[in-house]
Amino acid sequence: MTIGIDLGTTNSAVASSEGAVPIPQMTAPGTVEERLLLPSFLYLPNAGEFPDGSLEDPYIVGEFARSHGIKVPTRLVASAKSWLSHSGVDRLEKLLPWDAPSDVQRVSPVEASARYLRHLVRAWTQRHGAIENQDVVLTVPASFDAAARDLTMQAAKQAGLLNVTLLEEPQAALYSWLELTGDNFRKQARVGDVILVVDVGGGTTDFSLIAVAEEAGDLQLTRLAVGDHILLGGDNMDLTLAHNLARDKTLDNWQFTALTYGCRQAKESLFADSKLKKAPISVVSRGSALVGGTLKFDLTRQDLTQILVDGFMPRVPITEVPKTARRTGLTQLALPYAQDPGITRHLAAFLTRQSRIAEGKSFVHPTAILFNGGVFKAAALKTRITEVVNEWLRADGGSPVKELEGADLDLAVARGAAYYGFVRQGHGIRIRGGTARAYYVGVEAAVPAVPGFDPPIRALCVAPFGMEEGTQADVPPQEFALVVGEPTVFRFFASSVRREDRVGDLVENAQRSDELEEVAPIETTLSGEAGQLVPVNLQAAVTEVGTLELRCLEKGGSGRWKLEMNVRTKE
Amino acid sequence: MREPIPFMDRLKLAWRVLIDAMLAADVEDGLKLLEKSKTKVTIPPERLHASGLMLLAALQREGRLVDFLQQDVASFSDEDVGAAARVVHTGSRKVIQQFFRLEAAMNGSEGNTITVPAGFDAQRIRLTGNVSGQPPFKGTLKHHGWVASEVKMPAIFDSMDPRVVAPAEVELP
Repeated sequence: MTIGIDLGTTNSAVASSEGAVPIPQMTAPGTVEERLLLPSFLYLPNAGEFPDGSLEDPYIVGEFARSHGIKVPTRLVASAKSWLSHSGVDRLEKLLPWDAPSDVQRVSPVEASARYLRHLVRAWTQRHGAIENQDVVLTVPASFDAAARDLTMQAAKQAGLLNVTLLEEPQAALYSWLELTGDNFRKQARVGDVILVVDVGGGTTDFSLIAVAEEAGDLQLTRLAVGDHILLGGDNMDLTLAHNLARDKTLDNWQFTALTYGCRQAKESLFADSKLKKAPISVVSRGSALVGGTLKFDLTRQDLTQILVDGFMPRVPITEVPKTARRTGLTQLALPYAQDPGITRHLAAFLTRQSRIAEGKSFVHPTAILFNGGVFKAAALKTRITEVVNEWLRADGGSPVKELEGADLDLAVARGAAYYGFVRQGHGIRIRGGTARAYYVGVEAAVPAVPGFDPPIRALCVAPFGMEEGTQADVPPQEFALVVGEPTVFRFFASSVRREDRVGDLVENAQRSDELEEVAPIETTLSGEAGQLVPVNLQAAVTEVGTLELRCLEKGGSGRWKLEMNVRTKE
Repeated sequence: MREPIPFMDRLKLAWRVLIDAMLAADVEDGLKLLEKSKTKVTIPPERLHASGLMLLAALQREGRLVDFLQQDVASFSDEDVGAAARVVHTGSRKVIQQFFRLEAAMNGSEGNTITVPAGFDAQRIRLTGNVSGQPPFKGTLKHHGWVASEVKMPAIFDSMDPRVVAPAEVELP
């Protein structure tokens, strides 16, 4: 049986082919309850904070970590997954909680993720027995780059998971849909269809395009493209509603969080019943006097529409690009949250950036749309996105998209991951596509050094777009020489749009290209006599589990060295 | 020296032993131990009623039910009581749905005429009004009743004192 794990930014889940596995977790000290979701929160208790013998581990994850952590925010680790993909910090350093007092034993984003995974594994083991030789499919955002995928694998290893395969979340959502649809799939999807998956989680927004083609009479699914990593999700929506309601009231941290949860519920009831004009929210005080001390709020439909639907999903033309604000040095290290809350703007930019696969049109025309993420329990949000996409299509002479009726919005990713294990054994339809990015190493152009002038970097393609798992690519002979005995660092670039580059192709002026994005550098240290130069060839391989590996092969010798993605280097 | 257990306590214990196999085993073990050591073994009341206390704690934690019930609400307006009740309702409902599966004891819409068959389960159906004669009876369903068809109480660690329904909270500056 395959174990599907959805390690989410705010909630995690684990599933087998039979469905979601309940996750026992602490809801209070010494109290363990089962829930289908594990809130991805880690609380680091102070010595003596809780009674002896009331904790399962020296730390707390899940429901109680979240509910207690609101009252002690400096000991709470949240959004570890977003830190995992944040190349601006050393992701192996013990840096979370970000603003913890000095006596807190901080953890790295990798360790925090490993603790969530360990907890999910324990839940699985309690129900289904030891996982030793079972396949585990672990989902990652499609927008995770090679380094973030490596770190996810590292967390899995720390959690004792050995047979892990990575799967992109939007693909997992589509697998879940395929499992549900069964043979009806052939009726619902047609050759030539381009499925747009819009996955809005608690903290991230992820887009993917998947094409339906035909090969020897069989339907084929190919993942065409993935979007950039956007730190913007459902939590932002509830927070915005709460901030708006709390404008002229004084609330403490705990009350504000209660108001945020209240907003989520009020939002859902307003969206569920279109006749309601407003939904009341009560926020109690922390004292024992409940009646009289309760703060009352009303979430009106007008606010909901204005703030949420128009704010997060504005009707914009396809040409509109997300606004970016200039960051100051101080905000650089915190999480790089999306500056523009307009999900439709990010979507417009994604479809336009992928114009290479638009078949002569100015943007990619999707023919079907699949929504994923708890946010879309509010049908109005699905409707709005569909309307906006249809407006773009109409203006460009296209026909409207059809919505694929999806599965459980909270659990589809974990269930799809479990189903993927079945697909890997040769059943059902497999989504192909390989790597969603092309990767390049930076080579400094040989120009005389000029002070204050950044020498132009040429990017040498080492792994083309769409490399399949289990394949490798040799870079044609290039003049590379590694210095033995000291670390050699390569600048490393990725592109989610340059799909025509072949191995060995060069892109001039890489650091100024808006099609290339610099990612964590890669490095290696060759043991041997210091100062010696070894001529090498580069080889890129996509492993069976879905990570990228770069190797140096000694020219005319047997030397072989792995190049590591250096996630420690700060920007 | 063995202290005599008061009659009412013995009766209560006997009843509990009858319906609770685990407790019966406990009591048997306890009695054996008692015979051996001739010392007093009693199950502290908070252990005996741990699951009840735990339910109370959960209703307080999620729905502030104890706060609500312990407060004198006579002087407050309906609006104030209503606002607080909303919080109590949302949270307590979550607990009830989490711990129990509640189903109607009898199918049928309230207000409709139904038949109470011969050999009906008197635990699940209570007759009111002109109760006389032999079933089957025809009558109006006034309340469909509730039955917990599934109970899923959380696991509580032995180290916890179940008497603490909610700890005091002290915020450090």
